Amino acid sequence: MTALAQLPTSSGEPAAAPIVRRGRYKLLPYLLLLPGAAWLLVFFALPLLQLAAASLYDPSGSLSTGYAMTWAFGNYPDALQAYWPHFVRSFAYSAIALVLALLMGYPLAYAIAQKAGRWKNLLLVAVVAPMFTSFLVRTLAWKTILSDNGWLVGLLRDVHLLGPDGRLLATPVAVVLGLTYNFLPFLVLPLYASLERLDYRLLEAANDLYASPLRAFQKVTLPLSMPGLIAGTLLFFIPATGDYINAELLGTPNQYMIGNVIDSAFLVRLDYPQGAALSFLLMAAILAIVFVYLRKAGTEEVL
Amino acid sequence: MRRTLRPLTRRGLLTGTLGSATLLATAGSLAGCGTKGAQQTEAGCKSDDLSATEKKIAFSNWPQYIDVDEKDESKRPTVDAFIAKTGIQVTYTEDINDNNEFFGKVQNQLAGCQPTGRDLMVLTDWMAARMIRLGWIQKLDKAKLPNVEANLLPSLRNVSFDSERQLSVPWQSGLSGLAYNAKVTGEIRTVDDLLTRPDLKGKVTALSEMRDTMGLLLQSNGHDPSNFTTAQFDDALAKLQRAVDSGQIRKFTGNDYSQDLNKGDIAACIAWSGDVIQLGFENDKIKFVVPESGVMLWSDNMMVPNKAGHKANAEELINYYYDPAVAAKLAAYVNYICPVKGAQAEMEKIDPDLAKNPLIFPDEAMLSKAKGFMALDEKQEKEFEAKFQKVIGA
Repeated sequence: MTALAQLPTSSGEPAAAPIVRRGRYKLLPYLLLLPGAAWLLVFFALPLLQLAAASLYDPSGSLSTGYAMTWAFGNYPDALQAYWPHFVRSFAYSAIALVLALLMGYPLAYAIAQKAGRWKNLLLVAVVAPMFTSFLVRTLAWKTILSDNGWLVGLLRDVHLLGPDGRLLATPVAVVLGLTYNFLPFLVLPLYASLERLDYRLLEAANDLYASPLRAFQKVTLPLSMPGLIAGTLLFFIPATGDYINAELLGTPNQYMIGNVIDSAFLVRLDYPQGAALSFLLMAAILAIVFVYLRKAGTEEVL
Repeated sequence: MRRTLRPLTRRGLLTGTLGSATLLATAGSLAGCGTKGAQQTEAGCKSDDLSATEKKIAFSNWPQYIDVDEKDESKRPTVDAFIAKTGIQVTYTEDINDNNEFFGKVQNQLAGCQPTGRDLMVLTDWMAARMIRLGWIQKLDKAKLPNVEANLLPSLRNVSFDSERQLSVPWQSGLSGLAYNAKVTGEIRTVDDLLTRPDLKGKVTALSEMRDTMGLLLQSNGHDPSNFTTAQFDDALAKLQRAVDSGQIRKFTGNDYSQDLNKGDIAACIAWSGDVIQLGFENDKIKFVVPESGVMLWSDNMMVPNKAGHKANAEELINYYYDPAVAAKLAAYVNYICPVKGAQAEMEKIDPDLAKNPLIFPDEAMLSKAKGFMALDEKQEKEFEAKFQKVIGA
C-alpha cells in the first residue's frame, strides 16, 4: 500500500484511504495492552514500590509506633551480613538442581520431540499432569518417598550407599531433589518447543558431511535448541532460587534458603525493613545473573 | 573528532520529560512513605453494637476445632443448637491456620481502625497478648458472661497479658510437653533426654513456636518461664544451640511433626497434647510425657476485635460455650484441655474414658507443673524472637 501511495497519480488523489484507516487503529495496540498493563501496575509495580520504600525504613521502628522513612540504606549491608550464607546456599542448591534437571530434562525433551512418534502427546501429558496437583502436595509426597522407613532409604542402606543410620529426609540431598523435581517441567516444556521445530534433515545433512553424532549435536541440535534451553533454564532457576517450601518441608534449619528467611522476617519477626531489603537483594542478584547469562548466551529470541 | 548534537525532537522532549517526571514522582512517593503506628485504643476505634437489630455474628476459628456431626461433617451440633436457642445466625469460618499468617491478614484493617468483618476470633496467648498490647481488642462485658465467671478453670483466670480476663476468654487450652513413638525408642522422661540421648540423634524435633520450645527448656534449667531474665533465656537458648549443632535436633516444626512421629521418622519431639491424643487413637505407641521439670500451658482465646459490629451477640456465644454440657460436647470432639469446670462431670455421660483423660481434664498434680510464658513487650518480643529464629535457622 505504501508503494502504491508513493506513485504519482494522474487524478492528484493519492490512495489516502489506507492511511486514514491506520490512523484510526493506531491506539488499538495500546488499548489491547491496557488490561495487562493495569494489572501489572496495581499488582506488581505499586507493591514493588512499596517494598522499595519499606526496605529503606528506619530499622528501629516497630509495628506499634510505625516505621519512619529515613532512607536507611544501611539496611542492605546489615541484611546481607546477617544472612549471606542463606544467599550462597540458595544459589548453590538451585544451581545443582539445575544441572541435575538438565541432565534429565534435555534427553527427555529430545526424546519427546523427536523420537516419541505417536506417544508424543501422552508423554507431554505425563510431564504436565503432576501440575494438576498442588505444589505443596507434591512436595509432601516426597516426604513419604524419602522417609527413613521408606523403601528408597531401605534399598540404599541395603546396597551400602547409606550407612545404617543414614537418611535422605532432612538433608541437603532431599532439598535439591525436591527442587529438581518440582521445577523440571518448566525446563522441559520450552526445550521441547525448541526441539520440536528441529528439522531432522539438517541432522541428515550433517551426517552426509561426515559429522560424528556428537559433532552434529554440538553444531546443529544444541545451537538450534538454544532459545528453549535459555528460556527453560531461566524458568527453572529463578523460582528455584526463591523457593522456600522444599527447604521447609524436606530440609532442616541448616538447609533453609533465603526464601525461608524472608518469610520469617515478614511473618514471624515482623522486621519489615530487613525482609524488604532481603527481597530486593535477592531480586538484584537474580537480575544480575540473568543479565550476564543472557549477554553470554546472546540470544535475541528470548528477550 | 566530530560531535554531533542530536536535534531535539518533540518525541525526545516528551520522553525525557515523562521519564524525569516519573523518576521524581517515584522518589517523592517513596519519601512520603513510612507507616503510621499500628497502636490503637479501644475508645478511638469504637463502633456501634448492632447486636439488638442484627441477629448475627461472624466467628473465625482454626480448622478442626469444633464438633461436627458424625454423619454429616458440614453440620456443627453445638453451633446449630446455639442458633436454635438464640436466633443468632453464626457464620463460622475456619480461616485461621497460623497465628502469624492471620495477623498478616487482619493487620491492615485493625491498624487503620477499620472493620475486619469478624465479630469473634480465636488466637493463641502470645498473639492475643500482641493484639491486646496494640489496643485492637474490645473489652468484654462481664455481666453478660456469668458462665465464664462461674466455670473458667482457676489456673487460666490469671494470665500475664490479661490479668482479669477482661478482653479474652479461652476457647480451648493445651499443654506443650514431650512425645515419643514407643515403637522406635524407649521411654523419654526429661527434656535433657530429648536433647542429649545419643540413640535419638537426628530423630528429634522441636516446635518452631518460641514460647513452647523455650518454655520447656527454661523449665529444664530450673527457671520459671512465666518470670525469667534475659540471661536465663540466653542460657536455655545456648542449650538449644548445642542440640542443633550436634545434629540431635532434626528440625523445628509446626503441626507437621505428627505424621513424622506416627511413621517413626522422628522418635521423640516437643509436641502439643491435643495432637498426641488424636494420634493415640490410631497408634497406641505414641505417648505424651509431662517432664518432671514442668510443662507449658497455653490457651487459644476468643476475642472481639475493634469495630466488630456484634459484640453483645459474641458475648452470648462465649457464655453459651461455658455451659458445662456444651463444653463437654465440644471437648469430646476436639480433645484439647477443656477450660470449663464441671464439663468433666458432663463428659462422664458422653464418654467415661475421655472424662478420665488427664490431657483433657488435667488433675491438680499436672496443673501444678504447668506454666504460661511471660508476657513480653514489643522490644523483648523482637529481641527474643530474633535470637530464637537465628538458632532455628531462619
